[in-house]
Amino acid sequence: MNETTPTITPEIVAEHGLTPEEYERVLRIMGREPKMTELGIFSVMWSEHCSYKSSKFWLKKLPTEAPWVICGPGENAGVIDIGDGKACIFKMESHNHPSFIEPYQGAATGVGGIMRDVFTMGARPVANMNALRFGAPEHPKTRHLVSGVVAGIGGYGNCMGIPTVGGEMNFDPSYNGNILVNAMTVGIADQDKIFYSAAAGLGNAVVYVGSKTGRDGIHGATMASAEFDDDSEDKRPTVQVGDPFTEKLLLEACLELMATDAIIAIQDMGAAGLTSSSVEMSDKGGVGIEFDLDQVPVREEAMTPYEIMLSESQERMLMVVKPGREDMARAIFEKWELDFAIIGRVTDTNRLVLKSGGEVVCDIPVPPLVAEAPEYERPWVPTPPSPVLAAADALAGIDISPTEALAKLVASPDLCSRRWVWEQYDHMVMGDTVRRPGGDAAIVRVHGTDRALAITTDCTPRYCVADPVQGGRQAVAEAWRNLTASGAKPLAITDNMNFGNPERPEIMGQFAGCIEGMTEACLALDFPVVSGNVSLYNETNGTGILPTPAIGGVGLIEDVNDDLTGTGFAARDDAIVVIGDTAGHLGRSMLLRVFSDSQSDAGAPPPVDLDAERRNGDFVRDLIVNGRVSACHDVSDGGILVAIAEMALSGGIGADILPPDTGMPALAWLFGEDQARYIVTSNAPDDLLAAAKSAGIPAIVVGTTGGAVLTMGDGNSISLSDLRNAHESWLPDYMAVV
Amino acid sequence: MKAAVIVSPGSNCDRDVQVALRQSAGSDPIMHWHGDANLPDVDLIVVPGGFSYGDYLRAGALAAQSPVIREVVARANQGVPVLGICNGFQILTECGLLPGVLMRNAGLKFICRDVDLRVEATDTVFTRDYVNGQIIRIPVAHNEGNYFADDDTLNRLDGEDRVAFRYCSPEGAVTAADNPNGAARNIAGILNEGRNVLGMMPHPERLADAMLGGTDGRPMFDGLVEALATAA
Repeated sequence: MNETTPTITPEIVAEHGLTPEEYERVLRIMGREPKMTELGIFSVMWSEHCSYKSSKFWLKKLPTEAPWVICGPGENAGVIDIGDGKACIFKMESHNHPSFIEPYQGAATGVGGIMRDVFTMGARPVANMNALRFGAPEHPKTRHLVSGVVAGIGGYGNCMGIPTVGGEMNFDPSYNGNILVNAMTVGIADQDKIFYSAAAGLGNAVVYVGSKTGRDGIHGATMASAEFDDDSEDKRPTVQVGDPFTEKLLLEACLELMATDAIIAIQDMGAAGLTSSSVEMSDKGGVGIEFDLDQVPVREEAMTPYEIMLSESQERMLMVVKPGREDMARAIFEKWELDFAIIGRVTDTNRLVLKSGGEVVCDIPVPPLVAEAPEYERPWVPTPPSPVLAAADALAGIDISPTEALAKLVASPDLCSRRWVWEQYDHMVMGDTVRRPGGDAAIVRVHGTDRALAITTDCTPRYCVADPVQGGRQAVAEAWRNLTASGAKPLAITDNMNFGNPERPEIMGQFAGCIEGMTEACLALDFPVVSGNVSLYNETNGTGILPTPAIGGVGLIEDVNDDLTGTGFAARDDAIVVIGDTAGHLGRSMLLRVFSDSQSDAGAPPPVDLDAERRNGDFVRDLIVNGRVSACHDVSDGGILVAIAEMALSGGIGADILPPDTGMPALAWLFGEDQARYIVTSNAPDDLLAAAKSAGIPAIVVGTTGGAVLTMGDGNSISLSDLRNAHESWLPDYMAVV
Repeated sequence: MKAAVIVSPGSNCDRDVQVALRQSAGSDPIMHWHGDANLPDVDLIVVPGGFSYGDYLRAGALAAQSPVIREVVARANQGVPVLGICNGFQILTECGLLPGVLMRNAGLKFICRDVDLRVEATDTVFTRDYVNGQIIRIPVAHNEGNYFADDDTLNRLDGEDRVAFRYCSPEGAVTAADNPNGAARNIAGILNEGRNVLGMMPHPERLADAMLGGTDGRPMFDGLVEALATAA
């Protein structure tokens, strides 16, 4: 792009992703034709990615408050109170489009970006998580994408020395052309040392720190705001390249400076780089900012103002520093061998003024740039309901024994062991990973204390596509349940809304439905949303992904020495107890997905009774905290038998299972995916059942732990070693094929 | 015991080692910045894990040129115990204190998991609290842990009893199946001739706390504190 481009043509406007109406609005705000740099700034700030123009209307409905919420959505990340003067700062963010185009760098910079969002607020990141969705295993690109994304996530987090402690991964053909890479970072800060982005103080220095600015990632935000077509490979130059070593230096330098009182405001340069960081800082502070772009550290010669402002080079931060502290701040960054440049000043004009070679190349009034960003209440249609499948109809044509079904289910792409993935992540560095990947929630001790955070990511997209409201509820409820099953008090969530093209009413219907369900669940479970991210246009040639509102949940364990119960069976001869009602709901179940030809991914998903979720979960958490159970696991994909098998494999102890006489088909009881259920083990089941009865909680003994085999009474059994082989081998075998 | 932990740009297990040393010694080690060649008098030097200089060029190669490393080499030659863990082991081979190199893992992937190790030498300040032949379980977390040296060097290491740890099965058998990274002769850690420098890929500091799933790494730090307290 050339700064001297004389006139802005409709073609140039279209290339910048602005509609003619939106461009009219630009002209009105500017009172003249914008210069190229100005047009570029409007383009990225008003992109879907930065402006949330299609989603804002709906996001406002989500509950964001609770007594323990210190800062909800709107800052770089959400902040909650975890006691003892400490705050937990966390957020999840997508890097879907770049990861499909260039999986290693796309995923790596996704991880780098979300970590910056957390440490820019003053927190040291203590854990990374992720939620990954790939296309069908048989799709020719899937292996390449899995391998690149996992290596990229590991490559960045491992080098930074922040443990990647868990996550989730699903396969579905709807992601063939649009994988999802959602990365979450959790950090811990002192409550009196939280940093925000509002610039202040007339004349104060605006400081650029970190890597130099290059020509990478220009228009990344705009690329992520459009559908893919057959030429999406050509967009590779819009993907950024990560340098985790520089980010590690940036982290240490920022935290060192944050320990002083020099910083007034700080904002990382993420999507839309210097543009969005400077606009946010000036808008939030109600001030103006003036830059001399000649002072910006650049990697290449002859970069234009347009390129400098739109570059998405990684590992950069913008700060406003107190007068008189500039030299001290500079010394810290020089010690860490990072660039430190005063590139501008805070002004009282409310305008973003950019100078280059002594000329003003941009002069935009900031308040209307932000406040008058387009916001659309796009047309939407509700998702038509799917019929509830009766168990007998669902099972028609499925003739298989429970143990055969189990062996195949635990070896299926969606339920097999993810060891191949998490062994590539350093999940132990920092010395506080109390519960490693593979259980309900990861548990990370708050360094130097007896407290711990439980962390999980969850979503069941095949439920969401059938019934977005139930699916939205279920995603939140499952996160809450996973934290509960670890003994934690669930505190808050971050959401990552991944959907197709919002200009299609059925996609907006999915979005609206998921938001409705999530809102209901957040309210019922006192589990507010404190941060989040939206990724739309996950479509290729008009085919969208399954609606995927990924939920990242955080909970608190008060005393990690006492309040912890593992997922694995811990002792022999313990009674196995199912908490919660089992109705044998098979619609959208893993059983049908794996075994049914006609009913695969058919029917309505299991309904989520939020009152039952709350009652059952609170009951289970009390059992754990009071030391009344020896193991606990929530029941989710694959139902009771898969949950029991996971507990057996984790503990290395088998079980004798006696399904109760309910009248429903055995496969429905064993593999139905009814919600609000947990499995616990106890050596005093009578006390436990009595407690459940008096609390009005459904509870039933379904077997006993022991041996090295899972049996179902009538000689129907499978050894743990066979089960383990089946569970562990699918993913490494799949990835080993060249 | 006074210990120093060398902190390079990109070190990331420095705090973990600090915690383990504090737990065993009851006092904090000195956290010594790599650029400062003035290393105080200490009884133990630890070069911790991480990605010094991003492992760019070659793991440990740039850090081996840090000002403080010349001093570490000099102290090691005077007999001061030096422990290099993971990236620290890589740095110690790059600066010549230990023979051989750490190549990319045979599986070409980063690997983080607990491994079983057979303790092969206990006549050192690092391993005195273990029993010869003892099987311990501590984690590895690395991309380049595939130890390589020529046959003469490997024979000399074996002949001089300078292999400190080997990857093994839970029962202690040294097999290819229990070798996580392709290391020659399943070597996980080696000593210098003076037996006062130990480089190892596995992380003893990561399992020195029962809450994290094991304490097999703790005897290394307890043993160092006992040995070096007596020496002082």
